[in-house]
This record gives sequence, structure tokens and C-alpha cells, in this order.
Amino acid sequence: MAFNNTDLAAFKDVWVFCEQRDGKLMPTDFELISEGRRLADELGVDLCGLLLGDNVEGLAKELGGYGADKVYVCEHPLLKVYTTDAYAKVICDVIQDLKPEAFLIGATNIGRDLGPRCAARLHTGLCADCTHLDVDMGIYKDFLHEASTLDDARIDGLNTAMVLGEKHDVSRDLKMTRPAFGGHLMASIICPRFRPTMATVRPGVMKKRPFDQAKADACQIVKPAFELSEADMETQVTEVVKAAKKLVDLIGADFIVSVGRGISKDVEGGIKLAEELAAELGGVVGGSRAVIDSGWLSADHQVGQTGKTVHPKVYVALGISGAIQHKAGMQDSECIIAVNKNESAPIFEIADYGICGDLFKVTPMLTEAIRAAKAAK
Amino acid sequence: MDFHLSKEQQMLRKMYREFAENEVKPLAEEIDETERFPAETVEKMGKLGMMGIYFPKEYGGAGGDVLSYAMCVEELAKVCGTTAVIVSAHTSLCCAPIFEHGTEEQKKKYLPDLCSGKKVGAFGLTEPGAGTDAQGQQTTAVLEGDHYVLNGSKIFITNAGYASVFIVIAVTGKTVNKRGKPIKEISAFIVEKGFPGFSIGKHEKKMGIKGSSTCELVFEDCIVPKENLLGKIGQGFKIAMQTLDGGRIGIAAQALGLGEGAINEAIKYTKERVQFGRRISQFQNTQFQLADMHTRMQAAQFLVYSAACKKQLHEDYSMDAAMAKLFAAEAASDVTRRAVQLFGGYGYTREYPVERMMRDAKITEIYEGTSEVQRMVISSHLGVN
Amino acid sequence: MKVIVCVKQVPDTSGKVAVNPDGTLNRASMETITNPDDMNAVEAALKLKDATGCKVIVVTMGPPPAEGMLRELLAMGADEGYLISGREFGGSDTYATSQIVAAGVNKIGVEKGDIVLCGRQAIDGDTAQVGPQIAEKLHLPQVTYAADIQVDGQDITVKRMLEDGYMTIKVKTPCLLTCIKELNEPRYMSVGGVFEAYSKPVTVLDYEALKDDPLIDATTIGLKGSPTNILVSFTPPQKGAGMMLEGNDMATCEKLAGILAGKHII
Repeated sequence: MAFNNTDLAAFKDVWVFCEQRDGKLMPTDFELISEGRRLADELGVDLCGLLLGDNVEGLAKELGGYGADKVYVCEHPLLKVYTTDAYAKVICDVIQDLKPEAFLIGATNIGRDLGPRCAARLHTGLCADCTHLDVDMGIYKDFLHEASTLDDARIDGLNTAMVLGEKHDVSRDLKMTRPAFGGHLMASIICPRFRPTMATVRPGVMKKRPFDQAKADACQIVKPAFELSEADMETQVTEVVKAAKKLVDLIGADFIVSVGRGISKDVEGGIKLAEELAAELGGVVGGSRAVIDSGWLSADHQVGQTGKTVHPKVYVALGISGAIQHKAGMQDSECIIAVNKNESAPIFEIADYGICGDLFKVTPMLTEAIRAAKAAK
Repeated sequence: MDFHLSKEQQMLRKMYREFAENEVKPLAEEIDETERFPAETVEKMGKLGMMGIYFPKEYGGAGGDVLSYAMCVEELAKVCGTTAVIVSAHTSLCCAPIFEHGTEEQKKKYLPDLCSGKKVGAFGLTEPGAGTDAQGQQTTAVLEGDHYVLNGSKIFITNAGYASVFIVIAVTGKTVNKRGKPIKEISAFIVEKGFPGFSIGKHEKKMGIKGSSTCELVFEDCIVPKENLLGKIGQGFKIAMQTLDGGRIGIAAQALGLGEGAINEAIKYTKERVQFGRRISQFQNTQFQLADMHTRMQAAQFLVYSAACKKQLHEDYSMDAAMAKLFAAEAASDVTRRAVQLFGGYGYTREYPVERMMRDAKITEIYEGTSEVQRMVISSHLGVN
Repeated sequence: MKVIVCVKQVPDTSGKVAVNPDGTLNRASMETITNPDDMNAVEAALKLKDATGCKVIVVTMGPPPAEGMLRELLAMGADEGYLISGREFGGSDTYATSQIVAAGVNKIGVEKGDIVLCGRQAIDGDTAQVGPQIAEKLHLPQVTYAADIQVDGQDITVKRMLEDGYMTIKVKTPCLLTCIKELNEPRYMSVGGVFEAYSKPVTVLDYEALKDDPLIDATTIGLKGSPTNILVSFTPPQKGAGMMLEGNDMATCEKLAGILAGKHII
């Protein structure tokens, strides 16, 4: 039977591409499975993981523990290491056979390579790097009331959209919300005419559910048929190298001390002060785009629109003016502390606590004061 | 009159500005502070064709025009007066006389390396006893067989410490002027670094443009091959004067950029600085000051661009260059001083660049003909003598 | 061998971003630039030209003023420009855009030995989708996130960046690579290049020029050819300002530490 992706009724279930590297699942898999569970419940369908690799069946049950009803496992020696050729072929073939209505992919460097290639082959819509996903209109509207400046009337009128001149009911569409223009604008995207609806989802944004052993045990493992051979391979991975330096885990950190352009007069000194404060708090050091672009910190430290999105318990911004693209990556932190010598720096507009002063003077005092406060407890 | 820049010139403006912002501005404070010649910037400018903008491609130039060159000096001066004068002295005072007065062999030999920035050029006219008065020259050149022997010294020579090619003016004999009065016969030479008997003397410590290398040239029985005579014997005075006419466009453009750069800084600062609960840009004094400053620099720009266009068209631009330099230099000194005033105490500190711009601007009223000399040139063109 | 570089003119989101009252972007008030990652792709192409003398062709889709950007790339050293421009192409999402750009690249022609380069992603949409989708439409192998490109005849070796390291990937021409900023430092225009830029060829490809390509018909371009629709766009609310602490001395820091301890944050 030919694949007709405009026969929307033929598609059901929410799928999550579960990326593995070196035989290990990625943190985004659990985030997306957790989020996908909610979406599948809103649609009243099953949530399925899609796991590709070589000898990876053993990983599947864990995905069940976070909410997957079923995991499709595709194993082949050519799937051991990620290649666009092999993964896109197998995924597109399986999707055409089994017809999910929504397909979520983590927006990692691999997901953002794979997603567009598959969407182009399947002739369907893909929304990149989403930060919010909804099906249920009530939940979606609640989200807009909180996260947008749209007025109530506008939000209430969003039940339908004009699609090619016709009114279209969006209640069963996946509403995929993402930032654009460096975080200055947000947009909710739908894919009303084709299935599956595809989204890549920004790592670190969706919350992982608690692990449920019973659910893991109940998770069904299915091995769909697919064909793959050397003839499908146009690229060859000759080596995979892990970064020698331990990368900073900004996403998982509870405390982040970030530095900005304000350290420019003594870069090493400024970073050292941030490290000392971070050590006292038990956290890690991050940086603004200016700091990364200047080569003062490596790219894995970058917080912001083009870097990582973080929501630690405490985010300390040292000498960061607070450009909108930086705020986009940290404004959901539970507590923001800003130190900046410019009293009109935009960072103070979102900071819970602000100190107007020279970071080179304030930071060591703050480190000392926090040390004393902890000792007094 | 056409007041519009060509598409190429608009694109060049953008290119110069990007280069100046990213490569020149970050070094400006440091090279001023440490009096360091920015050799790395010269190398980059050479690769981009900025060291030979208006010379034909056959000699390694970029095939551009004089206005495109003036705009380059202007954009560099907006962020760094030193870098601007390096380009100006190199182009106007060394490349230009070789291109305009040199033989085909001399052009082929010297221009490609100069235009690509592999070699830096300089010009030696001023002497301890002869600045503006070129007839007071003491440096002599005597023909001995197949070479000239030069003796004497030159002072305040821009780019001297880093230059490889020098245009040197020297006395080659005696002659009479139109009225039959005995005067010195003056000729021009192309002298290379490394010619026997040629050395670089004292390095001057200056008030501004501190990163530019300003030194003495010393000639002690310096051997210069006969074929390095530039132009004909006795044409040295004319070559020097024409060279300075062209150089004034470069210096006027430098002054223009310094003034404009100070205005840019002042606009940025006055919009940030709060006093009495208001941004100081909201005070009428600030507004009127900046309006006057901008108007002066805009007027200077018209004079500079018009002189550059006349030179490009081979019209007589001697008076235009003098007026452009006179006006732009005095405007730049005034505007940079007013910028410092708008900054208040911060303006007097080295935390902000306007004090450097003020120091840099002063020299534009002095070198390549003081403002007084420009007035002499202009008034003599008016027939008032 | 030739290198075709796909570039986009974008609003400079690092400067002031103006938003209209209806939540759309006020593009008219913003400076436009060549998308930063695309500049790295252009530089990679020019480096290959420096090394091998190959031809470099720059292609963009956009309104007529985008020609100015192409001229700037010609002033950097590219040899030819193509501007894909037409009312029919308006309203295209990434999928439809890829179809159109792929048709434009087809018009130029991709042969053995050729490389198509794109930037990783554009700073206006940040989707990173158009590169891989062009590759799919042209049936070319792709390597994204290229941080190093070595060309040895038909064989290309790419260092492809991952979050936690990199892969070395071998691929044969023709292929499509997307470039990241770690790849190189884009050069400036040169003065001589500027004076040549307006005498180099720039070809406009409108709907008429592309309509015979199998990728192009009324249902594959513009709004009709776009699988996605924008349901709504909006500006996020600003988080309210918190407490500005008095002073910036030890007492201030002790006060802050006290608050944090009191709230059991530390």
C-alpha cells in the first residue's frame, strides 16, 4: 500500500526517537519519553520509543519506566554508530509501515541532522528545537496565558486556524512552540495537513518523570522489519572521539555562576573568582555568548539562545549585561543574582537580587559571605 | 555636483568599518599606551589591498580611486589615529610620488611590495633647520660615478622605524630661480633601508599617534644608485610640494575620522550617563554641542571628499587639499576637545578613548604643513601676496 | 570541481530587535547581515578556491535587495552569484524553501567533484533544517556540523562535532556539508575584490526560470508547499525585576547570603 501522508486518520501513536551513543541512552530520551507520555494521554494513544543500534534491546525496558508503552527496536551492525544514511533510511521505512501521528526527536547535534532529512523524505512538517509541546487546548491556553503577552480574546480564538483559506480545527494537532529571532519572539507551529507531525525538542527543557519499575516491566518490545545494507551507506564514520576534557554539565547543575563581558579587563582573574564562588556553592561556571565568542571559555559553558537552556536553583550572573539571547537561556532559574557595575543593565530587570558594583570586588566578598552563612547554619 | 558614493565606495565603507571595529579598535588603547607600531595590522591591511588603494593593479594596487583611499584613512581614524597615519604616510608620501614621478622600472620595482604591505614606505623632507621652509634643506647628494652620496639628516619621519622604502629630498647643487636669484637645486631619491651609510636615528616620544614610528633618518656617506633618482634632477622641490598636496588629503581624512570617532563615542556615552536623574543626552547643552560638532565634521567631510575627487580627476586640487586639511584639522581638535568635556572627569581618564583622540587630533594641525602653512597656500591661490 | 554555497540574508538579532504590535518582527527597522554560519561556509569555499583554484558560486533565496549581500560575497572572492527571487516563493517554510533552493542548485548543476556548503543554521529561525533538506531533495549525502574539511580528490574527510566530542566522517563528492563557526574565521572583503564585485555575474532565478524543475510546482512552493503553519507568534513576558540591594560592600554581601540562607537556598 502506498504511503499517503495526507490520510490523517491512518496515523496514530506518539513516537520518540531514543538516541543512544556508545550503547548508552541520552538524557534527552527520558525527557522526551516523559513529555511524550503526557501528549499520548492527551491524544488517547500509545507512546512508543524508537531505538536504533546494534545490541541495544537491553536498553528498551528502562524507557518503559519513564512512560513508554512500547519500544520499537531496530538492530543492525550498520546502526551501531549514528550515520544519516542508515538512520534516516530505517526510520523512514518504519514510519511508513507503522504510521505514527507524532514523532519527537531530541534536538541534539544528531537529532538536528536526522530530523530534517527524515521530514524532507516523508514530505511532512518538522518544527525545530521546540521548548513547549501541547495537544490539549486547555493546557495549551493556560501555557499561553502564563508565557505570552497575548490578550485573553486572542488566546480564546486559537481553536481554529486558517489553513490554505479554510478554517481548520487545531484541537488534535500538536502545538509546537519554539523561540525565534534569538528569543525575541515565540511561535506555535502546527502541521495540519500531513503526518507524522515532527518536532525536535531542546535538551534540558522537558522534565523527566520519576522512574516506575512496574511500567518498565510492562513495556512491550517490538522488532519491526526493515532492510539495510552497505549499499545504503554513502558516508563512513572512521572514528568517534570523546572530548578529552570533561565537559561542563550546565543542564544538570543546581548552581551556576556565569561570567560575561564584564571580566574583560582581567579574564583569567574573573574566571577564577567565578570558579571560587561556584566551588563554594557546589556548582559550575557558565558564560555568556560574548565570553565564548572571545574564546575565554569553551562552547560547552555557553548559556543562552545559542547555548544551553538552564534552570538551576541559583544562577549568578557576573558582569553579564543581560542581552535577550542570554536571558532566553536562564530566565527560568529559580533564583537569579546579578552583579554588574552598570545599574541600568537589563539583567537587573529579571534578577531576584541585584548588586550594582565591580564584580572583581563584589565576588570575593560574596564567596566569603556565603561561606560564613553556611558555616553558621 | 554628485554627493552620492558609488556602490563600490559604499561597500568599501562597510568593509573598512568592519575591519576597523574588529582588528584596529581592539589594539588602539594598547599601542597608544605602549607606543608600539602595529605591524600585524599593517600585514593584514596589505593582504586586503588597503596599502595601495588607488594604484593600478599592474603595480599591485587595488585599482581604486583617491576618495576610496581617503575613506579608508577616515574609517581607521575613527577608532585609531595611529593606524590611519601609517596608511596615509605610506600611501600619499611614498607610493604616490613613485607612481606619479617614477620611471617604469622604479614603479615595477617598488610599488608591488609597497601596495601589498610587504614593505612600508616613508618620506623624508623635514630637517632640524628646514620644516615648512623647504629651501632650508641641508642634506646633500653628490653624484660620484654611478651613484649619489648623501649626507645629512631628516627628522620627524613618520613610519621611519618600520619602513623599507624612503623618498628623500636632498640638495644636489645650485641654480637660479625665475627672477635670476640663486637658489638650491633640490632633487628626490628613492632610498632603501640597508643602503650603506643610511641609518635610523632617534625615536621621538610624542603627545599623540604614539604607535606610529617617528624617527630621525641619518645619512653618512650613504650610497644611492644613480637609477634611484626620482624624477629629473632639480625637480625635487616640485615633487615634494605635489606629494604634500596629496598627503594633505590623507591627513585631512585622518582628522575627519578622529572628529567623527569622538562624536560616536560621545553619543554613546551621553545616552548612558545619568546625572540629576536624567541621561545627559537629554540636556540641551549636550544636544547643541553634538549638533555643532557633527555639523563641523560634516562640512569637513565635504571638503575632504571634494579634494579627493579633484585629485582623482587630475584637476588642480592644491588649494582644495589645503582647505580640507586646514578645516578638518581645526575641526577635529575642537570636536575631540569638546567630546572630552562632554565626558567630564571620565573623559580625562584613559578609561575612555576620547582623551587619546584629542591628543591624536592635535598633530593634524601641525604635520604635512601646519595650519598656518595651509593658510599661506590658500591665500597665495587667491592671489593675495 | 566547484563549490556551491547556500547563504541567507538575516536580520541582525544581536542588535536591536523591533517587534510590531501584532507580534511579528519589524524587519524594516533592523540591519541585515549575511547569516554568520553561512559566512563560515563561504570562507571554507574560498579556502578550497585558494588551494585548488576551484570556482565558488554563492546562492541565496530572498527579495531583490539580497543581491547586495551576494555582491559582498563576490568582493570576498566568490566568482558567481545566483539570486532566487519571486513572489511565488513567499511564505515558504523550511521544507518549501529547501525544494526551491534545491531546484536553484539543480539549475547551476551538481556534478561529481562538486561540494554544496551551507551554514549550520540561520540566526533568525535557528532551525538548522534547510541544509539537510536540500541534501535530501538533491539526493546528496550530508555531513552536518563540520568543524574541519579535508579534500583529497573525490574523497572528503569531515570532522563532525558532537556535544561530547566529534566523529570523523568520510564522504565522496558530490555531497552537502553544513558549517559551524569553529571551522574557520571568515575573511574580509578586499579592496580589489570590491572593485571587481560588480563586474562578476549575478543571475536572478525567478519562478519562470525554475518551474521546469521536477521539484517545483504550485503545490511544492510558498504557503501551499509548506507543511507547517504558524498558529500564533507572540513575545514572551519579561520576568519582573527583583530586589536591588543597597551598596556593594561586605555588608551587602552578608545581607544577600543571609537572605539565601534564610530561604534555605544555600
